[in-house]
Amino acid sequence: MTTPSPVMRDQSGFVIELEQFSGPLDLLLHLIHEEEVDITDLPISKIADQFLAVIRDLALNQAADYLEMAARLLRIKAQMLLPRRLGDDEWEDPRAELVRRLLEYQQIRELVDWLARAAAVRAERFGRGYEAPPPDAPPAPLQIDLNDLLAAAERVIALIPEPMLHRVVPRPLNVEGATAKIYALLDERETFGWLDVVGPGASIVDVLSAFIALLELAKRGTVSLAQPEPFAPMVIRRESPREAA
Amino acid sequence: MSPLAKLLEAALFAASRPLTLEELASLEPETGEAALRAALTEVHATYSDDHGVELAEIAEGWQFLTRREYAEAIDRAQFALRPRRLSPAALETLAIIAYRQPVGRLEVDEIRGVDSGAVIDKLLERGLVEVVTRGEGLGRPLLYGTTPQFLEILGLKDLEELPRLEELSVALRPPTPAEEPE
Repeated sequence: MTTPSPVMRDQSGFVIELEQFSGPLDLLLHLIHEEEVDITDLPISKIADQFLAVIRDLALNQAADYLEMAARLLRIKAQMLLPRRLGDDEWEDPRAELVRRLLEYQQIRELVDWLARAAAVRAERFGRGYEAPPPDAPPAPLQIDLNDLLAAAERVIALIPEPMLHRVVPRPLNVEGATAKIYALLDERETFGWLDVVGPGASIVDVLSAFIALLELAKRGTVSLAQPEPFAPMVIRRESPREAA
Repeated sequence: MSPLAKLLEAALFAASRPLTLEELASLEPETGEAALRAALTEVHATYSDDHGVELAEIAEGWQFLTRREYAEAIDRAQFALRPRRLSPAALETLAIIAYRQPVGRLEVDEIRGVDSGAVIDKLLERGLVEVVTRGEGLGRPLLYGTTPQFLEILGLKDLEELPRLEELSVALRPPTPAEEPE
């Protein structure tokens, strides 16, 4: 079986209409066939450059999928440039995953050709008449009186959302207060925990105020902040003799 | 033709879709499968040559279809119209679902390299694929499979008639099969 490819060589060179491709893999396959290169030993640099050249003139409606592929190609290209030691058995060809996907996709394209041919042959043979209407019963004829209609209208009107009004209030953050509290704690102890600063049952505003205060103090070099592990309570440590504020 | 063959002929003529063996059996509940198949062969033979229609085995059933050579004239006269062709995207998606069923949307997306949600919705609408089960794992994704309608529009008897993957010129399994995302 010959390899069916969607190649449409344009006389003027690389005028490729993106709409004719069903996705970035399709476009890649097209470039590979066009260049007549070995799919299992992709000249990634060349192919990546061409891919980029094509999508540069892209109508942006399908961009995300193509851009993702462009990024992938560039990453592989970069990985290929990394030096590797001779006889390095650990080295994994950065192209391997892409080649696997391309081969898989190429197979799908071949199946598509097969299915299209089968459907075309089938379309040449007609069955008896048109399909019978679907078996579900038609909806019963509508019978409503005026009250029902008004009630229905009311329900619809009730669903219309009120215009949303937002009141913007200044955030009542109390960073000064939190800073003062931290200074008080620093006077007492060299290290203390996050919970010492905010206390149990702190409101979101308290937490934010304390957090901003701590960041500010850390920036000034007054304290150092540490977190033993992700999501663990912060440990605050006095860093240097307190400078006069 | 035998009385049973004539009965089948009448039923197949009346129906506008393929009738399965079970459906045909309900015409004469006493009849065994062997007799039924023999009668079908008889009908098939009757319509083999000098008729404009033939008995086709399709979508796990049997249906009278016109012969291909009359398609052009019938289509031109608009007594019946050729169905709309499926888009390449639809065919790609159908191919993946046919070979990987039951298969979830994510896997279809992965193989095609593009989002396939809208295409799958259209195939569902046309009755070519259906939700067959839910997968394991996060969110219990819907898994799709093909329908008898799929076989019908392709003129296939059953899924066995699809080409085997090893018959294709491209080998699906790469040298390193360890990374299958199953």
